[in-house]
Amino acid sequence: MTVAPKREDYDVVVIGAGPAGLAAAAISAEAGLSTLLLDENVGPGGQVFRAISSTPVTDRNQLGADYWVGADLVQSLRASSAEVIHRATVWSLDRNLDIAVSVGGASAFVKAKRVILATGALERPFPIPGWTLPGVMTAGAAQTMLKSSALVPDGRTVIAGQGPLLWLLAAQILRLGGRIDRILDTTERGNYIAALPHAFAFLTSPYFAKGLSMMREVKAKVQVVSGVTELAAAGDLQLANVSYVASGKRETIPADLLLLHQGVVPNVNLAMAAGVEHHWDELQLCWSPVLDASGNSSVAGIAIAGDGAGIGGANAAIVRGRIAARAAVEALAPAAVAKLASMATLRADLAKAERGRVFLDTLFRPAPQFRIPSGDTIVCRCEEVTAKDVLDSVAIGATGPNQLKAYRRTGMGPCQGRLCGLTVTELMAQARAKTPQEIGYYRLRAPVKPITLAELAAVPKSEADVKAVVRG
Amino acid sequence: MFKRSEQDKRPPVQIFVDGVAIAARQGDTVSAALLASSCDARRSTAVSGAPRLPYCMMGVCFDCLVTIDGVGNRQGCLVPVAEGMQVEIQKGKREIGK
Repeated sequence: MTVAPKREDYDVVVIGAGPAGLAAAAISAEAGLSTLLLDENVGPGGQVFRAISSTPVTDRNQLGADYWVGADLVQSLRASSAEVIHRATVWSLDRNLDIAVSVGGASAFVKAKRVILATGALERPFPIPGWTLPGVMTAGAAQTMLKSSALVPDGRTVIAGQGPLLWLLAAQILRLGGRIDRILDTTERGNYIAALPHAFAFLTSPYFAKGLSMMREVKAKVQVVSGVTELAAAGDLQLANVSYVASGKRETIPADLLLLHQGVVPNVNLAMAAGVEHHWDELQLCWSPVLDASGNSSVAGIAIAGDGAGIGGANAAIVRGRIAARAAVEALAPAAVAKLASMATLRADLAKAERGRVFLDTLFRPAPQFRIPSGDTIVCRCEEVTAKDVLDSVAIGATGPNQLKAYRRTGMGPCQGRLCGLTVTELMAQARAKTPQEIGYYRLRAPVKPITLAELAAVPKSEADVKAVVRG
Repeated sequence: MFKRSEQDKRPPVQIFVDGVAIAARQGDTVSAALLASSCDARRSTAVSGAPRLPYCMMGVCFDCLVTIDGVGNRQGCLVPVAEGMQVEIQKGKREIGK
């Protein structure tokens, strides 16, 4: 399906085919709006429903019932008239709702009346010593391989970090016959007390029973070490061992694979490049877009749904997708709104889906030493800049992430700050005794993903475009 | 580091890594196929030459960069394998013309 968009103009363009994007595109198209869904992956599902239409894992119990919910969303989308393009990388979105998308090595340009960004989340950076070594990956990476290619860890495997995904992944690896030698739980002991006031909502949410049974399943088979306060990967050109401190005791264990996870954060690059206002979320410790109750951002016509709107999980993402789509229908085809679920119903669904979230956010708030590294630990993986390099730059005058680029090129490599941005903000905030909000974030610009020069050169140009840059 | 589950019944696809044939499966991404094979898929970085393997497998970290059918710096985790595909592991800085 790697063909260019059929039209130049659409009522609604949805970006990202995860839970929010699938739900939004289906509703928008069913209501009669011309709808285009653009997605970077090979097939629908995003990360949580990754490979939902193609997974070789056929035993449904192994991936769990929550995963297969995605199949219904894809079915609704396919039954609708939405145009869907996969392997489509959106590299520009601006305030005029002009979108540039790279499909099969060529760029196409479309204009939307409304854009629903459903670009989801990515895993929070986990900058520990040795995290760039071959053999250190994110837990999400292992889960992606498990879902899309039925691949499971084979060598000596350590999983470290905290949060619901970590336990789900461990259970899935074990069900598929993979190997896990040890789980290192980095949840701060103090978080249990901090989370207690929010426990009631959590205990009465569906997360509770599911989470508990998954943890039991894993703990019956794998040694779990809790209260881990230090963590490091080491090896010469390849991971060789993992060392950690738990309850004041240091231990080093040999390992071929270390899977890291400390929660997910919104994938902000496209939204920020479009000029959408974001604020620092003190609880979730990340940048979240400023949105109204329908998901509308500070840029007219751009709504954000799903985890890109602030982490809420898959169920909340689906509802947020429906809310954003309903808002688009209200604006563009009010007559079609009668057939849709009412806003009141959708908002009640959202409240239900978000139940227990504050408890999870508080309990699994990552510890400072795993977010704000020191010394020779690499902060920016692309440009290989260490924590000490960043602090040295602050000492001689770098005031924030954008100035730091000139000193150290942080955030200027191919990942465009996705793997270092939060660390740089928090590290500089701490060094300068400011809040992350005051320190700010990288100024992001198109192209938000690299494209080849040849592709850029082949972009159609008007006479005025040429005149603007050619002398004489 | 990774092994294939026995329930995986997808048809085989042959790709070449630095000229050596590798057995992948239909639907694998290039990065997944590399990690599932026994080949040394470590690239070395443009900055210091440090070895790297894919980190995120979802298109954000760019540690999976490979040359695919002559085009450099492709994100191996986003490109599905195709029969006869030529993959080159990148060592150091990119060369002009690739």
